[in-house]
This record gives sequence, structure tokens and C-alpha cells, in this order.
Amino acid sequence: MELVCPAGTPSALRTVVDAGADAVYCGFRDETNARNFPGLNFTAQELVQGVAYAHDRGTKVLVAINTFARAGGTELWHRAVAQAVESGADAVILADLGLLGWASRAYPAQRLHLSVQAAASTPSAIRFYAERYGVKRVVLPRVLTVEEIAAIVSAIPCETEVFAFGGLCVMTEGRCLLSSYATGESPNMNGVCSPAAHVDYRQEGTALAARLGGFTIDRYPAGQPAAYPTLCKGTFKVDGKAAHIFEEPTSLNALAILPQLKAAGVSALKIEGRQRGKAYLAAVVRQFRTALDALDAGQAMPASALIALTEGGRETTGSYKKTWR
Amino acid sequence: MKLTLGPVLFNWPTPMWVDFYARIADEAPVDRVVIGEVVCSKRSPFRTNAVVDVIERLERAGKEVVLAALALPTLKREVAEVADLVGSGRLIEINDMTALAAVAGSPYIVGPLVNVYNEEALAELESLGATTITLPPELPQASIEILGAGKSTADLEVFAFGRAPLAISARCYHARAHGLAKDGCKYVCEHDLDGLHVETLDGQSFLAVNGVQTLASGLTVLGQEIPELETAGVLRLRLSPHTCDMVAVTNAYRDAVDGRLPPAELVARIKALELPAAIVNGYFHASPGAAFVG
Amino acid sequence: MVEMTPPSSDVAEVASSIGTGSLPWPVSKVMSALPLAPLQFASNRVLQTALGRRPGLFSRLAEYSGKRFAIDPIDCPFVFLLEPRVEKPTLRVHATLDGVTWDARISAVMLVLLGLLDGTYDGDALFFSRDLLIEGDTAAVLALRNAIEDAELDPALLLGAPQFVTPVLSGNIRRAADVMRRLLGAPASASARGDRFA
Repeated sequence: MELVCPAGTPSALRTVVDAGADAVYCGFRDETNARNFPGLNFTAQELVQGVAYAHDRGTKVLVAINTFARAGGTELWHRAVAQAVESGADAVILADLGLLGWASRAYPAQRLHLSVQAAASTPSAIRFYAERYGVKRVVLPRVLTVEEIAAIVSAIPCETEVFAFGGLCVMTEGRCLLSSYATGESPNMNGVCSPAAHVDYRQEGTALAARLGGFTIDRYPAGQPAAYPTLCKGTFKVDGKAAHIFEEPTSLNALAILPQLKAAGVSALKIEGRQRGKAYLAAVVRQFRTALDALDAGQAMPASALIALTEGGRETTGSYKKTWR
Repeated sequence: MKLTLGPVLFNWPTPMWVDFYARIADEAPVDRVVIGEVVCSKRSPFRTNAVVDVIERLERAGKEVVLAALALPTLKREVAEVADLVGSGRLIEINDMTALAAVAGSPYIVGPLVNVYNEEALAELESLGATTITLPPELPQASIEILGAGKSTADLEVFAFGRAPLAISARCYHARAHGLAKDGCKYVCEHDLDGLHVETLDGQSFLAVNGVQTLASGLTVLGQEIPELETAGVLRLRLSPHTCDMVAVTNAYRDAVDGRLPPAELVARIKALELPAAIVNGYFHASPGAAFVG
Repeated sequence: MVEMTPPSSDVAEVASSIGTGSLPWPVSKVMSALPLAPLQFASNRVLQTALGRRPGLFSRLAEYSGKRFAIDPIDCPFVFLLEPRVEKPTLRVHATLDGVTWDARISAVMLVLLGLLDGTYDGDALFFSRDLLIEGDTAAVLALRNAIEDAELDPALLLGAPQFVTPVLSGNIRRAADVMRRLLGAPASASARGDRFA
């Protein structure tokens, strides 16, 4: 299985390449990608330099252009695809039907991957993308069990990539408007979920209150782990009772089930976290590199030592096990 | 402008569901009625026997009936159900790409859960046979205007009334809220006929849970915006069923789009009804969806 | 418009939740008796050195470069005020934040702040574990953090050591810092954990 790792900056790209990534994914510094965060991402020139660094060391570069183009503004998304192709990127990762159509016509030789934001969760949906746009790999939504993934792999004509570590979307990706309901900005339109500009952290006595667009997302008592201010990990009240009604603050960690994912026929593993620091990237990539090498050598999986990097200090195998639902 | 009654998104008990459509058939001045289970395939078996009669009654009353496909099919059985729908020979509303793959090439309509954000995606869906395209609820006026100004052959439809659908998941939050597993959910969602109310720790109304679906708590009412929607080239308004008096809602919208009721008064007439939540319209005005822009 | 939290009044409470790895109190005590001028001088040197080696250091801040960042080592009797403007960025030392206006405030113990600067720590992980407190303009903090992440600010680089000695010197400083962090019970750094698998 190919290890696909995130890079939010050129320095992060060098870090994950050096730590043993088979491929690195990144995006441009604008709303064409789903991690459009302040100070993050690549200029066209930085991408060219990044591709050179990665290719010199035998690592592929995948460019995520995985938001949905703005009506009347599709030129920006076209230019992003053109710049990715010109930089020599090994694949572009797309979600928008219109952009997939455009890219497959404008650059028929360019390898296209289907972003998780396209939410293709069944063999028929994936076949549609493969046949109509020539998609070579699909990133599967984080809603499927290992058994379902195995069934999909055997029924489609392209490769699959699944999330192995990091932030966990509990809603089907690309189909969630919670962020824009509270802030006006969404992953689909703006490439941001629960954007920092709408976040207000405030010390209230000994507790830390997190608000998004004026809505209270959580209140952490002193000493308890905090989380991203994402709506789906917040504490809310139902029938007067406070609970994490969608999901606890937690990170996905599929390290322990890598053998099952390999047996299911998965082609690539994705590490989430283009917004994370080099300390996180180096640790996670090394851990998974070691694990994949052990898997290939027929050895046991190493124990996970990544708990300190997880959200809320907790990890889960998420939807890969059916009980999660 | 034409009016579409969207599918009932909630798990209404079958007798209530049947009565609702009988009243719609007899009294609601809508052009099109979309029926079928969009949210959870576990709910549909209870209505299988009633569906045929409901369709017949609606058609006898002169409504065009469209069958909605599931929003997130993952099980083999669910994918097969989508294929069966297409085999029925009726007009289908797709709500994900699995259904698109099944209908591509013949006429179909696009529900609000498919990502159509720009003119190229719109053209792509049209070239695959879409005759009506319902735009995503979060689309602002500027985008709607650009899409409406294009040479689209499909009718554009906008979500104008109801709790906007915000997200879909593999996990059932209704079951989770009751400490149950999805497989043993005891159909707890049937107790929340407009969705399960979710508020923040500080008591702000926020969301509504409907099984695997999450909806806005705020009730979208596009009323004062009708002239702008019309100018933008929107040909259909979607009204999403709630427990409030939907005949009154559809009548109010009918009067407004036919010019018998000033748009501002439409909102007042809707407000006079017993509504499940406060009114919002932020998305259209490029604001947070939870906002009301007066 | 960013709403401000009242500065500094709640430092004791903050410290109780994020204080692991604090410098020993005698050190803080001695520091509080010292004048700020030498520290201000050293801070200017570090900033000028960093800008000399990394001229594009703050370019990633883009629209956030006009913001005022209060950087508060909660175990030390002083605070930094960083203004990363494109023209003449400044790093000022203040005894307290009283009367100082800021857009964003970043609080943690000194060893943690230093570890963030040189990439020893992952900022998100520190935030999750409550070893780092963010107030005010969160987007500006994110932009600053990403700019620093990309800049690869090695300890030796910040000290202005000649380039040929920086790898060795930085390695030594990092090891020394790790020892101090362990002794003082600061959060374990992610990369130190990862090294076991290298």
C-alpha cells in the first residue's frame, strides 16, 4: 500500500518526503482546496520546487483541487489544474463534476484522482467517475466498513485510497453544510470547515469556552483535553442533557487494522493533516512507514505511539468497524 | 413559478404519512410532489403497501409524482433499491452519485443533496439528462443568478421552505442519542416528527437530528426573496414537509408566486402558523445559514 | 472586530491549567528582579537574525501581518508583543499586558513556546492537551503558526551562529532542551516519540 502524506507548507513537504512518504498531497493558497487555512499551502512556484524535491527522492506529488468551483469563477479552478499539470504533479485530486469534465477534456493524459469530497461510496458511483472521466483512483468516504471496502474494491476498475490517521469527519465529506450554517463558510465553497476567523476561545472562570459563529460548541473544564472547534465534535444538549451527540473529539487511527485494509485490496493509505505541524507529520509518517514495512515483511504491527497527537487524546478506528454506526 | 413539495424527510408513522398525502392531493396547490424515503432505508418497508395508493391519489388530483432515491446508499440492498426505482419507469429524483449513475442518459431530476455549485457542473448534469436541478441550500443569490443566467435547459429549483438538510452520515444520531446501536434502533426517530431538537450548552437552538441526517434548526422561509428568485430565472420553489399546516404553507406560496400576495405578507402569513422553529434565510443572502436577514 | 478578553487578570487560573513544564519558581523569581532592557536587546537580535536568514519569514501572514500578537510565557515575569509587519517588524518586551492592546494572545510555559518556535512541538497537539492557550484572533494565530512552521527556525539559526555549525549546535541545544523539558515535566514532544521508530 502506498503511503500518502499531507503537506501544508514546503517545509512540511520536505519533512514527509524525508520521513518515508510514497506520495505527498498538497494544495494552492486559495479556495481551490479543502484546507484553505490562513498562512497554509503553496504558491505555483513553491509547488514546482516541491515537485522537484519529491521527485528527486522518488516520491510522488498529488495536488488537491477539491472544492466546488464558484459559479462565475471557474477560471480560478481551471488555472489551478493547469498549474498542477505544468508543475509535473503525478495526479490532481478533484471533486467537482464540472471540473472533472473540464480537466478530463483539457488534459486527457493527466492522472485524475477522485477526492473524498466527491463522496463516491458505491461501486456504481465509482464506476461512473472512472468511465466518464477516466479517474484512476478514488479516495473513499470515511463512512465505510472494511467489509464494504473489500466489496467495492472487487467491483471497480480503479484504485482505492482510504484514510488511515488523523481528523475524522463523521458526516459524509463533501455533503456537510454545518460549517456554513454557523459561519457562512463551508468546505465545499470556501475550503474551510469551522474557519478560525469565526472561532472565539474564551477563558470563562477555569473553563475554556469555544464558540463558532456565536454558537457555543463546547466548554472544556480545566485540565480536560480540548478539540478543534468543529461542529461535529462539539457538546450539545438534547432533551436538556449535554453530550457529544455526533462524535467525541477523537482522531482516526487505523494502524491496528492495516493488515485487514491490505487484505481488502486497498491501494493507498492517506494521512490527514495538512494543517498540522512538522512534529506531527514526522512522527505519524515514520510510524506508518515502519508499520507498512513490517506488514510487507510479514511481521506484526508495531503498537501505536501517536496518542499524544490525537484530538481529545483519543483515537478510534471509526467507520471501519460496524459498531461505530 | 411552479411549486414542488419535497419528500417527507422524517419518519412519520405510516397512517400519518398516508393522511398527509391525501390532504396534499385534495387541497395543496403544488405542481409536483416528490415522495419516497431519502434518509434511511430501514423506514421504507412500512410504507411499501401504502405507496401505490398514495401515488395514484396524487396523480388523480393532477400532481406530477416523482420518486426520490436514497441520499446515502451503502448496503447492497440499498444500491439495488435505487436500481429498482429507475426500473419503475417513473421520473426519479437523484440525491447522490449512485442514483446518477443509474439514471444517466434518461430524464431525471436532481435533489438538493447533489453538489451543483457552478455552471459547468450544471451543464454536466444536463448533458446526462437532468430536467430539473434543485440547488444546494447553501448557494448564495450571486451564484443562483449566474446559474439562472446561463443557457440551462433544466428548470432551476430552490429550497424555499423547511429545515434545510445540512449533512448526512453513516452513523445514526437518533439511535446514538438514545444509547442504541443503529442496527437495533427501535425506530426512535419516529417520535420526532420535525426532527430532534439540538441546542448549544448555552441554550441556543442550533440543529435538528433526523436519523443519519442533520438538519438546520432554523426554518428556511424564502418569501421576500421571491421577486429576486424569479428575476434570477428560478422556475420552481421547493417546500419541504413539516408537521405545520402544509396546505396553508402551499396556499401562501401559490398566492405569492401568482402575484396575489405581496412577498412580505407571505412571511407574515407563514409566521402566523404553528411552526417548529424560528425563521432563517441567511444562505440566500451570503450570510450564515442560521441568520435571518430582514 | 475582535473582542478582547481582559488581559492578564486570570493568569493564575490559566497557569493552573496549562502550567506543566514551568520553570522552577526561584528562576522566575530571579528573573523578575532583572531589568527588561537586556532581554529587549536580545529579542531584537533574535528577530533581526531570523529575518536576515529568512527574509520571507512573515510573508505567509499576508493580511494578518498587521496584527499584534501577545506571546505570554506564563512562567516568566514578562510578555512579548510581536508585530510582524512587512515594514519593520518588531518584538517588544513588556513587564505585563496591562495597557497593551493585542489582537491575539498565545500563552504557554517558556519551554513550550520555544519548542513551538523550532518545530519540536505540534501546535494542535499542545492545544488539544491544553498546554497552549489561544485567545483573540484565532485566524491570525494560525497564520503566524504556519509561517513559523515553514520557516524552519533552528535554535542555532535564531542565535545567529554561522551556518556551518548550525546542524550540530541545533542538535545539542535541542537535546539540552529535551532534558530540561523532561526534568520540568513539560509535555513530551511528538518528534521525540517518533524517533523511537526511526
